[in-house]
Amino acid sequence: MSAATIYVPRETTAVSVGADEVAVALAREARQRGTPIELRRNGSWGAGWLEPLVEVVQGEQRIAYGNVSADDVPALFDTGFLEGADHARRLGPVNEIDYLISQDRWTFWRCGLIEALSLEDFAAHQGFKALQKAWETGPDAVIEAVTASGLRGRGGAGFPTGIKWRTVADAPGDQKYVACNADEGDSGTFSDRILMEGDPFGLLESMAIAGFAVGASKGYIYLRSEYPLTHVILERALRSAREAGWLGANIKGSGFDFDIELHLGAGSYVCGEETAMLESLEGRKGIVRSKPPLPAHAGLFGKPTVVNNVVTLASVPNIVNLGGERYAGMGVNRSKGTLAFQLAGNVRRGGMVEKAFGITLRELIEGYGGGTASGRPVKAVQVGGPLGAYLAADQLDTPMDYEAFAAIGAMIGHGGIVVFDDTANMAQMARFAMEFCALESCGKCTPCRIGSTRGAEVIARIINGENRDANYDLLQELCDTMEDASLCAMGGMTPYPVRSILRHFAEDFAAGPTQ
Amino acid sequence: MTEQAIDAQAVDAIVQRFDARPEMLVQILVAVVTEHGWVSEAVIRQLAEALNLSRAEVHGVVAYYHDFRTAPPARHIVKLCEAEACQSMGSRDLAAHARESAGKDVTVEPVYCLGNCACAPAVMVDGKTYGRVDAARFDALLGAAREARS
Repeated sequence: MSAATIYVPRETTAVSVGADEVAVALAREARQRGTPIELRRNGSWGAGWLEPLVEVVQGEQRIAYGNVSADDVPALFDTGFLEGADHARRLGPVNEIDYLISQDRWTFWRCGLIEALSLEDFAAHQGFKALQKAWETGPDAVIEAVTASGLRGRGGAGFPTGIKWRTVADAPGDQKYVACNADEGDSGTFSDRILMEGDPFGLLESMAIAGFAVGASKGYIYLRSEYPLTHVILERALRSAREAGWLGANIKGSGFDFDIELHLGAGSYVCGEETAMLESLEGRKGIVRSKPPLPAHAGLFGKPTVVNNVVTLASVPNIVNLGGERYAGMGVNRSKGTLAFQLAGNVRRGGMVEKAFGITLRELIEGYGGGTASGRPVKAVQVGGPLGAYLAADQLDTPMDYEAFAAIGAMIGHGGIVVFDDTANMAQMARFAMEFCALESCGKCTPCRIGSTRGAEVIARIINGENRDANYDLLQELCDTMEDASLCAMGGMTPYPVRSILRHFAEDFAAGPTQ
Repeated sequence: MTEQAIDAQAVDAIVQRFDARPEMLVQILVAVVTEHGWVSEAVIRQLAEALNLSRAEVHGVVAYYHDFRTAPPARHIVKLCEAEACQSMGSRDLAAHARESAGKDVTVEPVYCLGNCACAPAVMVDGKTYGRVDAARFDALLGAAREARS
């Protein structure tokens, strides 16, 4: 009898709810029964609500079992799950799970599918094909394809990637860098992590393509310290890629040199801002730099540097393989292609959903998410992390489109969607927004450093009913100052969540802020 | 962990691992905290000398980053995610429970997002992230951590 192949994700969310224990239990049970199995550790498909999601290979199909615990394992063996037999946990073939098959998987298509740390499996799924194609077509063709794709920075700022790459390619200098921003600090976001844990070689290939396109021989990954498992996975991937000759000097005889250094963050939210990240990569405090100069002209160690988010970079191989036009064919208006939306917080089916732009918040939260986890009505939805506005339940029909969100004083950011039910106290969330800014401000500019502390105090006074009208006006003025005069988005956008709460949830400030 | 000196030789080994490059200061401090739990004044002096930086520079970096503890932690370290997604799932109550019940052998620190937001609330216990945590599961996790490392 040949060994049954079983996939158990080795990804933070799956592991956080018992995937490692399931893997150990499967191995033990198989040994005790004398039934050989082959365990493979894939990444997550992104359906966090189904984790741990175990798959058993049956011919061409992979039969999924959801929310498996170590305690379920003996019973699974008893019912014959190695032959794909029925069981309360059985979901059917993984490629028939509606939550997954209805997505537009462009960037994350290998996540869940492949054994994350197998270079062989990666190569069998088009791994390094785009890099080799880039070598054939030359750097200009790569930049043209990225420009034609309409890809914009997925870290949150939405800057056109093709323009950034062109700027770095044209900048004079014999040393240039690619800096991958993996400091995914926004609450409610985890798509960078899912990509790095599920398709680590995909990120390395993407960075090499970026390096080839702009003429950089060295790349850096700045990974947040809150992702220890990701760190282990990336370190192993880097070692394997180097050993196999996919990183280093004269890669595969192409004449192209490229290597990557992995750096860890140390718990600073603002280090996700690109210039603070560069400071941190240089070993200093993560203090935001004034712009200009742009990092594309004078970035890391003063050299021209492409700074891109993980998802931005990982979108590129398929753009090279399939053409920029194909990517631009998805999405709406100036929001081309796909985004990995992350359903988080009080939502029944939390997880990552890669869809073309234009889908509405309602389709994401009610369709994919199935409403709140608590079963209570949705009260507020924070989109785009701690600097993003809170939307009210009557704004859920807003399409996911950078400009449509900007038009209502909101932002899509990195695609995090945090759902709150009607028990949430939004005045508390407004105060938290200011407190978080006070805690994380790098301190370089006054509006952010001082404004956030004063903001938290003023909100506390409003909540306590002290001089409501005067304090409400003061808060508005303070928000104006922070928005207009802060150096970066930390201070400049903290007023977004605060103002959206004043606008939509004024009743939560006890008797109301403007009684 | 008692308040004992961090072995200077061990710190020197970390510095050498990063070729004593001053631009690796953050990475060196990450390694010091990962391996020794905190950064002492003596370590700051030693790093300043080894990397040819001023003590003020090293001190500034240590003070800037939340991860660089300047006092030894207790035997167990619990990081409670207190960011928005976890708050929407009751992390404020969980945090209150954790702080109240943790005991002297546990250092409790806030963290603003563990990136486990589809399975909130999340906590990290001794370097491992856990999801779907309520008060009972928190107690069980801490109990298991104590058993694993007592």
